[in-house]
Amino acid sequence: MTIQREMIPARPAPGSTIGPIAWLRANLFSGPVNTVFTLLGLYLLYLLLVPTIQWAFIDADWIGTSRADCSREGACWVFINARIGQFIYGLYPGSEIWRVNLTFAVFAALIAWLAIPRLPFKRWVAVLTLVAFPLLAYFLLYGGHFGLRVVETHRWGGLTLTLILAVVGMVGALPIGILLALGRRSQMPIVKSFCVVFIEFWRGVPLITVLFMASVMLPLFMPTGVSVDRLIRAFIGITLFQSAYMAEVIRGGLQAIPRGQEEAAAALGMTYWKRMGLIVLPQALKMMIPGIVNTFISLFKDTTLVMIIGLFDLLGIVQAALSDSRWLGFALEGYVFAAFMFWIFCFSMSRYSQYLERKLHTGHKR
Amino acid sequence: MRNGLSWGAGALVLVGPLLVQAATLDEVRERDQLRCGVNAAQPGFSALDDEDTYRGLDTDVCRAIAAAALGDAGKVQFVPLDSVERFTALQSGEVDVLSRTTTWTSSRDTTLGVNFTGVSYYDGQAFMVASDLGVQSALELDGAAVCTQSGTTSELNLADYFRVNDMAYEPVVFDSPEQSIGGFEAGRCDVLSSDASQLYAQRMQLADPDSAVVLPEIISKEPLGPAVRQGDDQWFNIVKWSLFAMLNAEEMGITRDNVDEMLDAEDPDIARLLGRDGNYGEGMGLPADWAYEIIRQVGNYDEVFARNVGEGSDFNIARGLNALWTEGGIQYAPPVR
Repeated sequence: MTIQREMIPARPAPGSTIGPIAWLRANLFSGPVNTVFTLLGLYLLYLLLVPTIQWAFIDADWIGTSRADCSREGACWVFINARIGQFIYGLYPGSEIWRVNLTFAVFAALIAWLAIPRLPFKRWVAVLTLVAFPLLAYFLLYGGHFGLRVVETHRWGGLTLTLILAVVGMVGALPIGILLALGRRSQMPIVKSFCVVFIEFWRGVPLITVLFMASVMLPLFMPTGVSVDRLIRAFIGITLFQSAYMAEVIRGGLQAIPRGQEEAAAALGMTYWKRMGLIVLPQALKMMIPGIVNTFISLFKDTTLVMIIGLFDLLGIVQAALSDSRWLGFALEGYVFAAFMFWIFCFSMSRYSQYLERKLHTGHKR
Repeated sequence: MRNGLSWGAGALVLVGPLLVQAATLDEVRERDQLRCGVNAAQPGFSALDDEDTYRGLDTDVCRAIAAAALGDAGKVQFVPLDSVERFTALQSGEVDVLSRTTTWTSSRDTTLGVNFTGVSYYDGQAFMVASDLGVQSALELDGAAVCTQSGTTSELNLADYFRVNDMAYEPVVFDSPEQSIGGFEAGRCDVLSSDASQLYAQRMQLADPDSAVVLPEIISKEPLGPAVRQGDDQWFNIVKWSLFAMLNAEEMGITRDNVDEMLDAEDPDIARLLGRDGNYGEGMGLPADWAYEIIRQVGNYDEVFARNVGEGSDFNIARGLNALWTEGGIQYAPPVR
C-alpha cells in the first residue's frame, strides 16, 4: 500500500468545459432549441451583413470628383467626399473656416480640461467655459470686431450649426431647468405656480410647433422692419423647450433625496441656497446623470428639426445637397453619412456619462 | 395718433395678413441686398451646388431682380423657406420676393396678401413610363399601375384624368419623391405621375435615366411664378418687368454674349429695351439700363431655361408650353415702350 504524500497536481479542466468551444457549447448550442435559434441568427446576420459590406466597402467608389466616377453598383462615397466641406461648415466662407476650427478647438480643450481629473484649477476653467467662452465663440463665429469679417448666421450650417445649437441648448437648459425644478418644489405659491405652468406648457407642445410658432407667427407680431434672427429664434425655442424637460428630470432626482438631508442642513443653520447648493443638489445631480444625458442626446437629435425653419443643420445640408442636379440619386449615401455622424456624437456622450457615473459612484449604484 | 395707427396695423395683422409697406425698393437699396425666398432643395429650380451657391431657374429670377434693382446680380441673399412658412415670410417682410416654385392660384392671389407677378415656368402634372413599354401617349395607359405621392393634388388630378378618359388604373401611393421613384424603379408600377418638373428630376435618379420617358400629356395647370407683398405697386412692377425683360430679350435675340453689340443695334425695340432710346426704367425708379444689366449678368429667358432645366442641363426638359408665343408656346411678354 502506498501512501500518496503529495497533493495530486491540479490537472487542466477537461477540454469540453473551457476554451472557445466550451463557451460556444454553453452559450449558443446548449440544447436543440438554442442550436436552432443560433443557426437561424447566424443565417440572418449573414443575409444582412454580406450585402451591407458589399455595398458600403467592396463595391463602393471612393475616389473621384463627379457622378461619372461612380459605378452605381455600390455606395458612391465620392459624393460625400466632394461635399464634406459643406456638410461640416455649411455655407461658411472658405477663407474664414479657421474661425470655426479655432472655436471648436478651444471648446474641446476646455471640456477636456474639465473632464480629466488630474488637471488643477477646475473652478476657474469652469468659469472660463461658461462666461468667457460664449463671448469668444460669438466674436469668432459672427465676427464684426477685431478686424474679423461679419459672417451672417444664414451662412452657418452643417455639423457646425448642429453643434452650436446643441451646445447652446444644453448650456441654457441645465441652469434654467434646475431653477424651474427648485421652483416647482417651492412653498411660495406664485413661484410654484409659475414654474408649474411654464413646465406643463412647454412640455405639452411638440418642439416642431414651437419652432413653427417662432418662425411663422413671431414675425407677424413684430413691428414692421424689425426681425429677430432666425438662429436666435431657434435658440430661444429649443432652450425653453428643453429646460422644461430638464426641470422634470432634475425634480425626479430631488425627490429621491431623503427629507432628512435638508432638515439636517436646516438644523445646522444653513440658508436655502446653501442647503440646496451644498447638500441636496450635489447628491441629486449625481444620481440624475443618466436622465440628464438622455435629455441631452435627445436634444442633440432634435436640432434636426430646425430644418423646417430654413436653417441647414447637418441633416438639412445633406438633404439640400441631394437635390443638386449634378448629384441626384445618392440619397442613401447622404443619409447613411448623416446617421453615422449623429451616432458618433451621441455614442460619445453616452460613454462619457457612464464614465462620470463610475467616477462619482459613492454607494448609489444598484 | 401714431399709437392708434400702430394698433390699427396690429389689428390688421391679426385679421388678415395685410401689411402695407412702403417702398420695398428703398429698403433693398439701403440694405444693398435683395432677400429672395427660395426652395431649399428643388433640383433645377433652386439647389445648393458644391461651391455653396444656389443654382436654378427660380434663383436666376432672383438674380435678375437684383440686377435690375441694384445693378448687381450677385447681391442676393437666398432665404430657404419651407412650403408652410413661405407666405408668412413674404408678408412679414423677411423676404422681398418669393420665388419658390409656387403655383399661382386664385385663393393664394386673393386671400394671402400677396400678388403673383407672372409665370416663370408653366408646370403641370405629367406621366413617366419605362421606355421599353413603347407607350407614346397617356391615353394608352388603361389598366396601368400608377405610382404617385400621397396627400398631393397629383393624386386627385390622376383620379379625374382616368375617370374622364374612361380608363382604369391601380394607384400605388408613396410618401416622398425618393420613395416613389424607388417604387417605379423596382417595378411596383408601370407609370410614375407627378409635376413634370419633378418627374425630370426623379428620372435623373434612375440608375439609367434613358430607361424612362416623360409622356407629352400635361393634365393639370401649375403656373409657377414669383410673388410679392400687396401694397407696393412699384416693387410689383420691378419684379414683373424683370421677368418680361428676359422674355423680350429672347424674342429679340439678345443674349448674354451679344448684349454689348446690341447696344448699337438699329432696331428701335432693342434700343428701347436696352435703354438707348428713352428711359423706361424711370417709371419703376430704376436707371435706364435696368434691362441691359439683367441680360448682361443673368441672360435672356432661353439661356436661363437652358442652363437650369433645358438642354444645357442634366434634365433636358423641352420648352413645350414655356416656348415663346412665336414658337408655339405661351410665354408672352408685353412690349417695352
